Amino acid sequence: MSSIAAHESDALRMPDAQADHKPHGFLDRWLFTTNHKDIGTLYLVFSLLMFLVGGTMALVIRAELFMPGLQLVEPDFFNQMTTMHALIMVFGAVMPAWVGFANWMIPMMIGAPDMALPRMNNWSFWILPFAFAMLLSTLFMDSGGPAAGWTLYPPLSLQTGPSFAFVVFAVHMMGISSIMGSINVIATIMNMRAPGMTLLRMPLFVWTWLITAYLLMAVMPVLAGAVTMLLTDHFFGTSFFNAAGGGDPVMFQHIFWFFGHPEVYIMILPAFGVISEILPTFSRKPLFGYAAMVYATASIAFLSFIVWAHHMFTVGMPLEGELFFMYATMLIAVPTGVKVFNWVSTMWKGAMTFETPMLFALGFVVLFTIGGLSGLMLSIAAADLQYHDTYFVVAHFHYVLVPGSVFALMAGTYYWLPKWTGRMYSERWGKTHFWLSAIFVNVLFFPQHFLGLAGMPRRIPDYSPQFADFNQWSSIGGFLFGATQLIFVGVIVHCVWFSRKPARARVWESARGLEWTVPSPAPYHTFAEPPDIDESMVVHADEVSH
Amino acid sequence: MAQHADNAYYVPHATRWPIVGSLGMIIMLASAAYWLNGASAARWSFLLGVAILVFMVFGWFGQVIRESERGVYNEQVDSSFRLGMAWFIFSEIMFFACFFGALFYARALVVPWLGGEGSGAATNEYLWPGYVPHWPTNGPGEVGGDFQTIPAFGIPFVNTLILLTSGVTITLAHHALKAARRTPLILWLAATVLLGLVFVVLQVEEYLEAYQVLGLTLGSGIYGSTFFMLTGFHGLHVSLGAIILLVIMLRSMRGHFTPDSHFAFEAAAWYWHFVDVVWLGLFIFVYVL
Ligand code: HEM
Ligand SMILES: [Cu+2]
Repeated sequence: MSSIAAHESDALRMPDAQADHKPHGFLDRWLFTTNHKDIGTLYLVFSLLMFLVGGTMALVIRAELFMPGLQLVEPDFFNQMTTMHALIMVFGAVMPAWVGFANWMIPMMIGAPDMALPRMNNWSFWILPFAFAMLLSTLFMDSGGPAAGWTLYPPLSLQTGPSFAFVVFAVHMMGISSIMGSINVIATIMNMRAPGMTLLRMPLFVWTWLITAYLLMAVMPVLAGAVTMLLTDHFFGTSFFNAAGGGDPVMFQHIFWFFGHPEVYIMILPAFGVISEILPTFSRKPLFGYAAMVYATASIAFLSFIVWAHHMFTVGMPLEGELFFMYATMLIAVPTGVKVFNWVSTMWKGAMTFETPMLFALGFVVLFTIGGLSGLMLSIAAADLQYHDTYFVVAHFHYVLVPGSVFALMAGTYYWLPKWTGRMYSERWGKTHFWLSAIFVNVLFFPQHFLGLAGMPRRIPDYSPQFADFNQWSSIGGFLFGATQLIFVGVIVHCVWFSRKPARARVWESARGLEWTVPSPAPYHTFAEPPDIDESMVVHADEVSH
Repeated sequence: MAQHADNAYYVPHATRWPIVGSLGMIIMLASAAYWLNGASAARWSFLLGVAILVFMVFGWFGQVIRESERGVYNEQVDSSFRLGMAWFIFSEIMFFACFFGALFYARALVVPWLGGEGSGAATNEYLWPGYVPHWPTNGPGEVGGDFQTIPAFGIPFVNTLILLTSGVTITLAHHALKAARRTPLILWLAATVLLGLVFVVLQVEEYLEAYQVLGLTLGSGIYGSTFFMLTGFHGLHVSLGAIILLVIMLRSMRGHFTPDSHFAFEAAAWYWHFVDVVWLGLFIFVYVL
């Protein structure tokens, strides 16, 4: 192997492991690591942990909502649960999970020795456990955690007790972590591609992450600014969101959603990428319209900056504003439609098989599209006056996020787990996991559409008895969906430690891409030298042949 | 297969600095939160956190500098640093954009609406009758009491000239470096740091005047909020930029950098230009207009 390790004599010098050997001690391996695979694993494990924590909070919510009236928790604690559930799922579960995938896969997909800035990569991850420890610690403070919703709207959020400053600083830390992570992704993709891996030959997962990283760079600092203004309004007497001083609480909503809408695409674009990897493999056909997929992703990203106020149709905007944001929002349906069309066309007349990753990908295409359609309904400003802040919105974003982003995460996990561990997972349990998830996610969220249309408000611990039936369905679905995820944990544990079925290098027979050219499990260091790229592995069907 | 170290992308093996940084960060921020909540003893642990962070920065950058001087970084590593720095500056631009956005939104929309314009008629009628929109303002509630603003063509104008000059001096330093002329390099760098320092001193002077004479404080309604947050964050960035330049100057004195390999210098210069451009925005939109 090449001697990529230069010898150094620093005070904090590390024992110089051999290039392709893992460090021995536990701390050396996990706390001090600069290896993209180890850091990817750290992100993924952390994210799974946060899924379980955030999921438990969701079950507290669903338990309280099982019946009308107040049974289990105080209303204020209920609000803390909705707030923390969202913060943890968005910033602690979905986003880190995608960064974990980026770490594991991007260097292997583009033929790079590692991420571009390995030390910073370590820091990006190791900020997160501290940030979330601080966030979670607020639940144990005297007046409890934040309870104003993950959107932190003032003036309500400014009434948060002593936990407020901790929440703001935790958000700052998450932002710093995300920004460093995105810098790393951009530098890696722009600078570390093996010769021959031109931009338009990159796998779509790499493309979608590149665009996601741009979105993150543009909006995380804005979120940091927004919560900083909250902090100074709370503690230092500024008037950003105080009308008496010439400010405006609505201004916070504009700033927050300038971050918030791109944020939802940050959670879904890498999912689009994963689905675009999996469908061709199990349809045994190249991806239909590769270039169109790239351009559609870029257009979605661009449009995501000019639609934010569709979250604010009821807040009292001028009519021109309502109209602009309505039409701009509807426009996003066009590139999104291109994507769904191309996925379906990829499968058209393909020789399909239905292994677990494919099942999750198919579930994604169908159920995410339902979420997209309810999004279109919400984008009609006049109709949104009715839907806003009801369970219809809750149903919408859970469809795009759970059978959307989360299903894609699971699809990707099953797809690459054999590559990561060198062993096959249990296909039977994987399929069981899929079918139970797919059924229960609908039991959980579909009735929420009806609740919302009938007028049940969100973020309320008690409700009128007329909503009882659908809420019971939803709660039952919720508990069963939650229990089903324990199967997922079981499948992973089994695959990592107990499975005896070795995985081949090319785990799936018609999978394309550089990651399948290295053995399974992928060696600790892959591509210390750029690989010779076999064109057939990377050229896409619609690339013009020279 | 063996490749000479010079040609391979340098992947460091393990590092302890990030976890040191995380510890410093959590100690600093958690203490800051306790401090804000009234536990004034937390300021000591806050300082401890800051100290750990400073230690981390010195250690980490020191290691990178030693590696760089030993020549383990090839051109590709250099490009990674360039991309990293460029995008870091971009994120900083977006941070400032957030506060500029607040300023524009407040001036162009909120204040007129409070005065009854457009859809704000009822708001004005029922909540703030008699409020006539104007700028600068501390709002219909006159939060923070009477105040006057800093005239643009006093200290702020001088500061503009100072920063513009410093943009020239840093460029002259760069030319000297490329021409391998060490003494002018160090002198021009010293001039730049000095100009940065004078800027910060004048800014402090301006703040003192605002607080003590003009009645303009952070609490002076939306004007005070945007004024101090924008100029304050900018001032912090000038201070940081000056410190970075000082380090670059000390390194130059030690003989670091060559005419064709001096990315740290360029990164510092980029940062300085960024701070410069933000100031021009501030001068125009906060002071003049
Ligand atoms: C066709 C694409 C989409 C359209 C037209 C759309 C439209 C909307 C609209 C108009 C709202 C505001 C509803 C209200 O509060 O009254 C909304 C809320 C939301 N959407 Fe979407 N959406 C789309 C896709 C997505 C995707 C892909 C995600 C995430 C992966 C997402 C996540 C959310 C979230 C989290 C909220 C609620 C935020 C909150 O108030 O807490 N949406 N969407
Ligand atoms: Cu949105």
